[in-house]
Amino acid sequence: MLDIPAELKYAASHEWARTEADGTVTIGITHHAQELLGDLVFVELPKVGAVLAKDEQAGVVESVKAASDIYAPFAGEVIEVNPALEASPEIANTEPYTSGWFFKMKPATPADVDALLSADEYAKELGA
Amino acid sequence: MTLRTTPLYQSHIDAGAKMVDFAGWSMPIHYGSQLKEHEIVRADAGVFDVSHMVVLDITGSDAQAWLQRILANDVAKLGFVGKALYSGLLTEDGTVIDDLIVYLAQDGYRMVVNAGTRDKDLAWLQQTSAGTNVQLKVRDDLAMLAVQGPTAIDKVCAIKPAWAEHIRALKVFQGLPFGEWFVARTGYTGEDGLEIMVPAAEAPPFFAQLLAGGVAPIGLGARDTLRLEAGMNLYGHDMDESISPLQAGMGWTIAWEPASRDFIGRKALEAQKAAGVTHKQVGLVLDGRGVLREGMKVLTEHGEGVITSGTFSPTLKQSIAIARVPSATADAAEVDLRGTLTPVRVIKLPFVRQGKKVFD
Repeated sequence: MLDIPAELKYAASHEWARTEADGTVTIGITHHAQELLGDLVFVELPKVGAVLAKDEQAGVVESVKAASDIYAPFAGEVIEVNPALEASPEIANTEPYTSGWFFKMKPATPADVDALLSADEYAKELGA
Repeated sequence: MTLRTTPLYQSHIDAGAKMVDFAGWSMPIHYGSQLKEHEIVRADAGVFDVSHMVVLDITGSDAQAWLQRILANDVAKLGFVGKALYSGLLTEDGTVIDDLIVYLAQDGYRMVVNAGTRDKDLAWLQQTSAGTNVQLKVRDDLAMLAVQGPTAIDKVCAIKPAWAEHIRALKVFQGLPFGEWFVARTGYTGEDGLEIMVPAAEAPPFFAQLLAGGVAPIGLGARDTLRLEAGMNLYGHDMDESISPLQAGMGWTIAWEPASRDFIGRKALEAQKAAGVTHKQVGLVLDGRGVLREGMKVLTEHGEGVITSGTFSPTLKQSIAIARVPSATADAAEVDLRGTLTPVRVIKLPFVRQGKKVFD
């Protein structure tokens, strides 16, 4: 079953992005991504202060099945990471859109966030 | 290609399984969480559908002599009906066609081989038994369930009270027929438990009784992490037709005595022993973050090795692997972990038995 909240933006590489009131953007992996990976056992997050290009590797998730890279969906600076996720990677399985977020970025160009996929477009990517 | 299904297909769907293609069979990979299922088998009891495995009944006056020729282990060790033996099935070159369990039956033998090797195994068995008085009967009419975990035997006995006394009397690697059913104290998890063969039509109601009796359904994902912690080989990963059993931790399954028993592969294995076996099977433990995976390179001061199975161990909360390394390897090595050379400890298998860590 697909769980793709309408209010979020998406990258084809299965990250989601949510613009907060202060203009920063919270990023995580989608319900579909965590389902493909299976139970997560390790998460490697980017360093706060890192400046990433669009599609640059931002971290790694290791599940019981495989290791997979996480990418920056747009260019910007990492301003915060989710420490709870490093201690308990499984929250990205159980709560991928809320407590299981990965990191927050300040976008270089806010319009880049708007240009990401809508929920409908991401659903189409998944062949739904 | 249409996937084959076991008699428990609908039971899996009803239990919320995520189904995947495994060797051409639609099988449950998990029913929600592979990690939770793993923990249930270590702490309580779980049931696995292993009906995709191939059960064969072997009869005929030449059955014993034929098995003594094709198996590296010796069925002459089977002293009474129901006794089980683990063996490799080898090529003339002394490499592994498959690993299997064979039981002594009332009127012959019963053998269980892997699903992924079904066609080539059956072809090899036909070929080697041609011209002898051996009859092979594939028992696709049977389903097979593995009920594993510290409370597994109690929970099965609660469902089958009439059989309980006999089931409790079974020692490890022994089985007993109950009519068309066959119950053996064997498994692939490192826990106590049973493997139960049952007529296909009776499998779904028995599976439902197990679930109602507090036995959790367990998918192939947890089956793999459980067997890996238990240091047990998986065919096609830890050994195959390019690997000698002497390099895959299977030396104990080769019956060298009597020296007159000329089993297939014997000459090649004797030549390997005489020349010196270059590699051995070990366990690897990663004490940092990250997960060891099949195919990763292992570097030692004596040369290179390879990880044949790797995972995150849910019991130990760290990554472990089975690897084939140069025979002289001592207690340390390095693994190429996604581009970073990372130190690992080298241990003697297994990692876990009966819920407990068993290495230093």
